Parts: sequence; C-alpha cells; structure tokens
Amino acid sequence: MKIAIASGKGGTGKTTLSTNLSTLIAETHEVVLSDLDVEEPNSGLFIKGLLLHREDKFKMIPEWVEDKCTLCGECQNNCNYHAVLQLGPMIMVFPELCHSCYACSELCPEDALPMVPYKIGELKHFKKGNLSFVESRLDIGEEQAVPLIAQTNKFIDEHFSEDVIKIYDAPPGTSCPVIEATKKVDFVILVTEPTPFGLHDLQLAVETMRELKKEFGVVVNRYGIGNDDVLSYCERESIPVIAKIPNSREIAVLYSRGSLIYPEIPEFKEQLMKVKEYIFNIKEGVLI
Amino acid sequence: MISGKGGTGKTSLTASFAMLGGEDVVVADCDVDAADMHLLLKPEIHKSEDFFSGQTAKIDQNLCNQCGKCAEVCRFDAIPFEDEKYIVSPLDCEGCGYCSLICPTEAITMEDQNVGKWNVSKTKAGNTLVHARLNIGAENSGKLVAKVKNEAKRIAEQDKLDWILVDGSPGVGCPVVSSLAGASFVILVTEPTVSGIHDLIRVYKLVKKFNIRAGCIINKYDLNIEKTKEILDFLKEEKIVHLANLPYDESFVEAMSQGETIVEYDDGELNAILTKSWDTIKQILN
Repeated sequence: MKIAIASGKGGTGKTTLSTNLSTLIAETHEVVLSDLDVEEPNSGLFIKGLLLHREDKFKMIPEWVEDKCTLCGECQNNCNYHAVLQLGPMIMVFPELCHSCYACSELCPEDALPMVPYKIGELKHFKKGNLSFVESRLDIGEEQAVPLIAQTNKFIDEHFSEDVIKIYDAPPGTSCPVIEATKKVDFVILVTEPTPFGLHDLQLAVETMRELKKEFGVVVNRYGIGNDDVLSYCERESIPVIAKIPNSREIAVLYSRGSLIYPEIPEFKEQLMKVKEYIFNIKEGVLI
Repeated sequence: MISGKGGTGKTSLTASFAMLGGEDVVVADCDVDAADMHLLLKPEIHKSEDFFSGQTAKIDQNLCNQCGKCAEVCRFDAIPFEDEKYIVSPLDCEGCGYCSLICPTEAITMEDQNVGKWNVSKTKAGNTLVHARLNIGAENSGKLVAKVKNEAKRIAEQDKLDWILVDGSPGVGCPVVSSLAGASFVILVTEPTVSGIHDLIRVYKLVKKFNIRAGCIINKYDLNIEKTKEILDFLKEEKIVHLANLPYDESFVEAMSQGETIVEYDDGELNAILTKSWDTIKQILN
C-alpha cells in the first residue's frame, strides 16, 4: 500500500501531513515514511528516530580510459545530453549532465568509457517504534533529483513487504521529480491551500495525476483563509476532499519549532483521523 | 528571489517589487513548474511561443521486427512490451536515443519534444513579464528557465532597463541553478521555522558556489522569535544583508485573494517595509 503526499505549490503542508499522519498510523500499524523531496528534505526535522543505516547513493557515469581510446568521437555523437565531449586529444565527461543511459559506454568500440559510480547524495534509515523513516538528500551542486528518488523507491521496495503502509513525502511542482515520486503509488493525496495560488497549482497537480492515471484526493490546509474556490473546483471535478485542516497560528507555531501537531491540537487530530480512515478504506478495497 | 523551501512568499514579494519597480524592471517568472506570478500581475500576453527541448523515442510498428533490443538497452524501463508490441512510454523516456542507435531495422526515430510555452506580457505595473508554462510531466531541465531568463535579459538590454527581477523555484536542483546563473544579487526569502532554516542553509551553499552577494527577507518573523534570532545569527556569520522582517499577517492571503500585490492592498506597515527593502536593494546594487 503506497500513498504519496504531493502538491503543485510548495509550502502547502505536505511535510506536516506526512509526518503527523505516519506517526498517527504508527500508533497501531507498521508504517514507512519516505522523504522524496531530496532537494530539500524536511520530514527528518519532525521525526527523531534511531539511525539504523546510512549509505552513499551514486549514479553511474562514464570514465575515460585514455590508453584504450582512439579518439574516434563515437561517444560524443552518441550522447544526447552533451555530457561527453571530445576536446582535442581528450574526452571530457560532465557528470551533472549525464543521465546514465550507458550509450556512450556500451557503444564505444574500444571499451574506453567504462561506467563508474559517482556520488549524488546519501540515504538514511531511521526507526522509531512502528515507524520506519527513510530520507535521501541530494548533494548540493547536483542538479538531478530523479536518479536519487528512483533509488530511494528501490530501497523501500527491497526492505519492506508489500502490505506495510508506505507514505511518500513528494517534492513540489509538476515536473519530472514529482512524476518519479508518484508513478508507482496506489493513491495520491494532493495538499493545497484555499487561495488563488493554491487553486492554480492544484489544477496543475490534478492534470498531472490524471495524465499518470492515478487515483487521488485533496486535503485542504489552512482552511478558513482565502475563499471557497478550491472547494467548488473539487466539487465540479468530482474530486474527493478528504479533510480540511483549519487555519491556526497555533499550528504554525508548533510547526516552526519542529513539533508534531496532532498530539497538541484536537481539531487537527480530528481531520488527520479522517485521512487515516480514508487510507484504510482504500487499503481494504472499500473505495477503489 | 529564491528560498529553498516552498511557500515562504517568494512570488508575493517578487510581485510587490515588480509593482514598486514599475517600468524600470523586467520580471521573469522562472518557477515554470508552478508559475503563479500572472495571478497577481494580471499580464496581457503580447507574444507566445512553443518551447522545444529534449527528445522522445518513437517506434514505427511497420518497421519493428520485435527483436526487443531497444527494451533491453533502455535504462529507464521506457519501452514496455504491451499488446504484442514494443511501445515507448513518453513519461519514462529520457530521450537518450540509445534505442534508436542500436535498432537493427531503424524503426526508432527521436522526435523533438514540445515541453511548454513561453510568453512575453505587459503587466498592470507597466513592466514586461516573461513567463512560461511547462507541460505536465515534462522534464524541467532548467532549459525553459534559462529561456525565460535570457528573454528577460534581451528585453532589458533592448529597452535599456537596469533591473531584472527573477522569481525562482523551490529546491536546489536544475531549475534553481538555472535561475541563479548570471544573477548580480540574490534575495533569499525565508521563515523562522525549522524547515525554513534548514532549507535556507542548503540553498545558500548553492548560492556560495556561484559567488553571488545575497540579502535575506524573513517572512512571518514573529511566528517564532527564537528561530528568527537563529536566522539573524546565520546571516551575520555569512555576511548576508538582512533586508527586512515581515510580520505574520493574513493580508498576504487577502491581497492574493483579490488578485493584488501586497503593496497595492496594504498602505500601512507592510507597504512601508517592502518599499524600504526595495530602496535598500537598489542602493546596494547601485
């Protein structure tokens, strides 16, 4: 059972929902929370567990072996990303442009470009009771989030059984990192705010999920500010509104400190319970 | 204007500076993933063009002999065998072209991909806005961001304007790198929360790699005074100019709901702080 928490707009409350929801579910069930916002992972600020495991994460890039190279130029012609360039008597590799497609390496007639690992980030696995927390963070200066997200998903698939509930804190936006973070999940929760920005970016996120043919529902955060346009949009489009988290300065203050919200604020917990129930209904096949 | 963390107020503040700058600035909305600036600046589009970047593989089924070599070499699992044929999944294809290079029957061609649109508009502030819309699921390689920014630069040079305001995207990856390249000054927008500080520190490491001078606006500073102090210490240590503290104020949302920038909506404290910040920025850069 895989649930992604996503949003078009940043700062709508993805991490707040992911961390609180995972902790609440962990009171009764085994759950894995994975922070796939590898550019700016924040879930770990709210969940303090025991570090079980840490590993560097790599992507594969070609490495030039000068002795074998005949400077035929095939590699440069075969690279669609300009990540391999022939400059006079040498071959230059630009790691941040490489997509690890292996074309240059495997099509090199002299085997002069073997693929070697290149570090792009690190993965950590924490545990706290029933809750496993897996976080990956991209090294600063690395530009591609997708390979690290893909590897984090792989780690989770290899380490946890199918029936464990898995919550994925997705990156903001609607482009490749979000696709990578959501493409294999069973259900997506889109978090939004009842504001014009919130509505506009929700519409983009909805289009993205429809393109991916995903089942999804909406959680409205900071309910009470702005206007009702988000709710009428959801109604018009027959999108389920799973919960409405009230706007409250108290919640914002707790969040600012890195505290979980639901143990302190009953109105928040009430809405969170709705999300939990919704997920369990999906799990038991009531809704899909 | 960047922030690392999303939702700190980048776009609201950039739009306010765009109002204050008026005809002297060109505005570039480089958050092409979730571009929102147009909701505040109400642009009238004068020019709109498709943007092509990267490629996608396409298999001609009449030429395909189903040898399966393409699926074998594809590192992105983008060529599944479905309904008795090999097809390309466009959302998975990264356009490397390896399949087309090795296909024995030359059944695979690489097609240029339309990844979105970019527009040049006139805003209600009297300035030019360059903005874009990335297609759903398209690769945000930073190339469309670069296009928006370069177009803004071209217009500024042509109209002899000194200022280009760039609204960046959250994160530290390729779109942000692309927004930063070539900037003379970076305005970091943050909030006094554990996430805000964490993301500010990460994104500033990136700014340092570019060796760009920076200033910082702390939004919602009164939400957590202790965290605000932590940010101020960080700014001091890194010699980042502290531009302003903005209070936690629902006027931000109210202004947005009316389709207005804060400087239009508010003529009190917020307006005064932002006007002063804009003057400070101009002074620093002059």
